Amino acid sequence: MIKKYLFVITCALGLAFPAIQAQAEVDKHARNLAASCAACHGTSGHSAGGTPVLAGMDKALFIGSMKDFKSGARPATVMHQHAKGYTDDEFSLLADFFAVQKR
Amino acid sequence: MSINRRDFLKLSVAGIAIGAFPSIAFAKSELLKKKGQRVVIVGGGFGGATAAKYIRMWSENKIEVVLVERNKQFVSCPMSNTVLSGKRTIKDLTRNYDGLKKYGIKQIQGEVTGIDPEKQAVMLANGHLSYDRLIIAPGVDFMFEQIEGLNAKVADESIHHAWKAGAQTVALRKQLESMPDGGVFALSIPKAPYRCPPGPYERACQVAHYLKNNKPKSKVLILDANPDITSKKGLFTAAWNELYPNMVEYRPNAAVLKVDVANNTAKTEFEDIKADVLNIIPPMKAGAVAGMAGVVGADGRWCAVDFLTYESKVHKNIHVIGDAISAALPKSGHMATSQAKVCAAAVIELMQGQAPEQNPTIVNTCYSMVSDMESVHVANVFRFNAEKQAMVSAEGGGVSAKRSELEGAMADYWLENILNDVLT
Ligand code: HEC
Repeated sequence: MIKKYLFVITCALGLAFPAIQAQAEVDKHARNLAASCAACHGTSGHSAGGTPVLAGMDKALFIGSMKDFKSGARPATVMHQHAKGYTDDEFSLLADFFAVQKR
Repeated sequence: MSINRRDFLKLSVAGIAIGAFPSIAFAKSELLKKKGQRVVIVGGGFGGATAAKYIRMWSENKIEVVLVERNKQFVSCPMSNTVLSGKRTIKDLTRNYDGLKKYGIKQIQGEVTGIDPEKQAVMLANGHLSYDRLIIAPGVDFMFEQIEGLNAKVADESIHHAWKAGAQTVALRKQLESMPDGGVFALSIPKAPYRCPPGPYERACQVAHYLKNNKPKSKVLILDANPDITSKKGLFTAAWNELYPNMVEYRPNAAVLKVDVANNTAKTEFEDIKADVLNIIPPMKAGAVAGMAGVVGADGRWCAVDFLTYESKVHKNIHVIGDAISAALPKSGHMATSQAKVCAAAVIELMQGQAPEQNPTIVNTCYSMVSDMESVHVANVFRFNAEKQAMVSAEGGGVSAKRSELEGAMADYWLENILNDVLT
């Protein structure tokens, strides 16, 4: 609620633009990171077949899978090597991106 | 035929640079009336087609994209070695460009004849296209002149490279089919860097697979200009020893310097090799379009770029992606698509007056089929290193533990998905 008021106030003061812009930057970074996965998982996670569909994947499940690939807890043919290239923060960015893609 | 920047300026001064005709005539020859911001992309392979799609998608169709490609259809180089074993036909690897129509990409089938970095225009036989930014994805051309006796005609007619998927791939398969049992298939590999580092070794496997089942007394002889196997060494040698014992022979430091076309003979520094099938993969450089744009580096082969934007280090507003760039990155189809996406995002930001992504992270995976069913891979994540101004391999990348049929299936899924990502 307070946030909402703050937003109205910043808008009224004409300060909203930088805030919105910063938000968009974060999304683009996630989008750019996620674009790397498309060669195997399809554009925006819409797999054309064989590999798992990432679009609409539950966030917790996604992050859990990535961490397990990274640690080796979950056996994989190739994902252990990809997962090791990203930080845990990036796993959450990626999770956010894929979770909101329509299945 | 590369015109470097200095020569280009000289030509401009002399007033005979490409496109230096009167400006009224120039305005008339504009092939598509330019209204808003326009990106022209030359080359519709893995890199170029991906850049076209992603610029439209990520700019929410705000930026006009014109894609110029000389071929009517897209033929995948990745997995084209499987045409040699008979696992696939070239048709299985051929796609059309119709799937890109829904993005509103303007497609022109044609041959680029020149590029004017000052006027910001791409010349075609029947007119020109003005651009705000140009992305070239020219792939590779072959340096036939480095092998005496070899040229484009010989490569088309008899000593095929088959290093661009298409007619030569089919022709090489035919040569393999008409080879006698007990014959020799000699495969020559150029010094790195070349397109698709593991490709030649995969090819040796695919040829051996065919020979094992059809002409078991035959031999595959690999003449490698490099001092050692350049990619997935342990996996390939295991495949040769275990799947094709006594069939594949590997010779390092064996650059082919000369061919005798009439006698189907290749000459290295040390010996003459007469083969039943000679498959010479010549050294490579950036495709001719890079020369037209004047963005080839001092080495005369590859184009230096900024890894945040893929903008050329020579000319502003010209970006280069894919095999043509100079980088410590594998020259692969997957890598070209990864670069294309970074470039697409950066081009949009730059055209909209924003800073490009400062932390590009890209991936590459190359699957190699070692038999009809089994595959091996190499996978890496590459991150931008600001200090080195380069893309650097992240922790954890590497190759398969061992070849497997499971990975063979993964390779099929990868191909299907990447072709869909690029073309639909
Ligand atoms: C080279 C192909 C390839 C690339 C690139 C790739 N993946 Fe995967 N992914 C796979 C395969 C294959 C599997 C199945 C596990 C395995 O064998 O490695 C998988 C499984 C997964 C799973 C498990 C899904 C589930 O339903 O359990 C997640 C999550 C995932 N990938 C996320 C990603 C993300 C995020 C990226 C990009 C940063 C990515 N992948 C890039 C091939 C790939």
